[in-house]
Amino acid sequence: MSCCGQVATAGAQLLGPPSADEVVLASRDLGDGLRQSDLSVPGIHCAHCIGAIESAFRHIAGVEAARVNLSSKRVAVKWRGDTAPPIIETLRDLGYDAHLFTPEERSDPELARLIRAMAVAGFCSMNIMLLSVSVWSGAEPGTRQAFHWISAGLALPALVYSGRIFFLSAWSALKRGRTNMDVPISIGVLLAFGLSLYDTIIGGAHAYFDAAVSLIFFLLIGRVLDHLMREKARSAVQGLVRLTPRGATVIHADGARDYLPAQAIEPGMLLQVTPGERILVDGVVESGQSDIDCSLATGETQPQKVAAGDKLRSGMLNLTGALTLRAQSNVANSFLAEMTQLMEAAESSRGHYRRVADRAASYYAPVVHSLALLTLIGWLIATGDWYRSISIAIAVLIITCPCALGLAVPIVQAVAARRLFESGIMVKDGAALERLAEIDQVAFDKTGTLTLGRPRLVNEAVIDKRALGIAAALAQQSNHPLCRALSLHGDGRTHVTTDFTEVPGSGIEARIDGHFYRLGRSAWAGGGEADATVLCEDGKPIASFIFEDNLRPGAEEAVMEVRALGATPRILSGDARPIVRRLAEGLGIAEAMGAMLPKEKTDYVAGLGKALMVGDGLNDAPALARAHASMAPASAADIGRNAADFVFLHGSLTAVPFAMRIAREAKKLVGQNFALAILYNVLALPFAMAGYVTPLLAALAMSASSIVVVANALRLRGRAT
Amino acid sequence: MSSLVYLVPLALLLGGAALWAFLWSFKSGQYEDLDGAAQRILLDDEMER
Repeated sequence: MSCCGQVATAGAQLLGPPSADEVVLASRDLGDGLRQSDLSVPGIHCAHCIGAIESAFRHIAGVEAARVNLSSKRVAVKWRGDTAPPIIETLRDLGYDAHLFTPEERSDPELARLIRAMAVAGFCSMNIMLLSVSVWSGAEPGTRQAFHWISAGLALPALVYSGRIFFLSAWSALKRGRTNMDVPISIGVLLAFGLSLYDTIIGGAHAYFDAAVSLIFFLLIGRVLDHLMREKARSAVQGLVRLTPRGATVIHADGARDYLPAQAIEPGMLLQVTPGERILVDGVVESGQSDIDCSLATGETQPQKVAAGDKLRSGMLNLTGALTLRAQSNVANSFLAEMTQLMEAAESSRGHYRRVADRAASYYAPVVHSLALLTLIGWLIATGDWYRSISIAIAVLIITCPCALGLAVPIVQAVAARRLFESGIMVKDGAALERLAEIDQVAFDKTGTLTLGRPRLVNEAVIDKRALGIAAALAQQSNHPLCRALSLHGDGRTHVTTDFTEVPGSGIEARIDGHFYRLGRSAWAGGGEADATVLCEDGKPIASFIFEDNLRPGAEEAVMEVRALGATPRILSGDARPIVRRLAEGLGIAEAMGAMLPKEKTDYVAGLGKALMVGDGLNDAPALARAHASMAPASAADIGRNAADFVFLHGSLTAVPFAMRIAREAKKLVGQNFALAILYNVLALPFAMAGYVTPLLAALAMSASSIVVVANALRLRGRAT
Repeated sequence: MSSLVYLVPLALLLGGAALWAFLWSFKSGQYEDLDGAAQRILLDDEMER
């Protein structure tokens, strides 16, 4: 039983379950003959699901243990033996769609490091704060001195263990001759600690240990939030179905068959491709006939008929007949790999986007540092007292330390990402949100993006009811996309079909109630030369069917809303020009380009400036990587999904304008947060420069400004858009 | 005043213990499936039967 909505994976429905060989290939060896397979099961939803899955696996031979992770919607199955137990079949029987995946690494080591650093900083800052409160409320000099020493002892590990993250990042930025937000943070924290340590040694009244460490703590909260958002998106995207196979069945010269992993396939090998399987490497058909779905590779909607001698490219889907294929390349130089290279080139020419926070820091740091220097010089001239001048200059740095600035951006982006996540949109990182807010052009791919890549019968009204019923009954038995569309129009009566045969590339034939029927290409079925699908009864055509690609739900609204947001919608497609033009007219899009190669798409997107690319196919992947920002549906090819900044899980295309609105709102809030942080600095600076700042005042001012910034960011959560 | 001599170290020790407990539970994977942990409480334990 499945109790919740499944993630829409249009491509997956055509694919059969991975073979047992593939399960073995994707599993990890745990030693001692124990292997672990990791599966992503998007349908897991409640306690009932956990119980059903775990108890079902308890009775399967060979399975040692199965553990469901509800948060990441994954199942880890540990098993023994040479052949894999029926893991995916078991899950399918329970009603769950499962996809194999290989975890890249156990969990993100960077995130674990950040959380540990945050825990240490939190512990130290709270204890120092506790001691500082008693110092502020007027402890005797002896107690105060002791408390300062304990604080120093607590601040040192926090600085070394937790502060390291900022120091290393600041150092690597400085080495490259640039500044980022971490430079003023590191200078402020280190000087505050140095001054406080000196004051403690000489028995001074003021120490800023609390300011230094709580600054690190607050900023680490921002970093962890930023990272959590990325991790969540990554695991959600990883969980989707893989559209490229892990291996292929090789036919050896002596006729023996072997399932080999993708890396072991060499040019010249003979491969077996069953219906429902994707092509692994480029090659030439050696024998057999079939229809090939090229939509993912080229964007064409109509399946292509292939026979011996035709070339196939990796990523295409074999629909109807069994083929043998002579490999012409290995995985490393197939069409797929070619796309990867184009993508890498595209990504490097996009250049390094500088994040808003870093750009702000490049203005902020010089101003603050020169003000501190001015304060030092001013006090030196006025008093001639070195110690006092330096103390006040450092106090200026501490009070202006960009605590609120450091939180201003990540907190808004974390809240925005959470809102998008709730609406089924994954964000790859915060920079993507910043870029999305700047978009003024939106380029849509056609097949699989504006349309679902699934044909629909459009002339149902003019077809004889009896003929439609027979055609639907025939169509039910085939995997061909047109047949799947036709089979939805059955009349509910059962037609007993006999002598069913599927002729790959042509159509299907069978007998019903003594009549002989053919359904397929007009010329083959008996309807004369015409570009249509025809049903013939005993050699006479009785119906002809016209199909059109289904529009993705929300496509029209999405285009309208995109225009309302002030962006120009365009279509870039690899499909034939007339089809693209017809769709563009239907949607009211003026700029529509058809028959584009991947390279042309990439160059076109590059020429658009701040463009958002929305696409799903292999042929879109380089353009997705090149565009200022990019978005892909969950049904996209793996490579496209990884290239895109955003992935939307629900079918509707209105996710595009929705994400744009959230991104723009987030940008506005980031701007407000910067304004608040600067306002705070302008208010606090005169006091600091005049030498009135005490550690108590610094702690209060810093916490207050951080709370204001966080509260402002949370406004994004409740807003109706 | 003299009470501080043992109260402060005691406070630090307790805080440190809490920090250690958090780091240990984090490392042993107890935060990996927070939603699952909340739901598992509703499951009957079949192993005993």
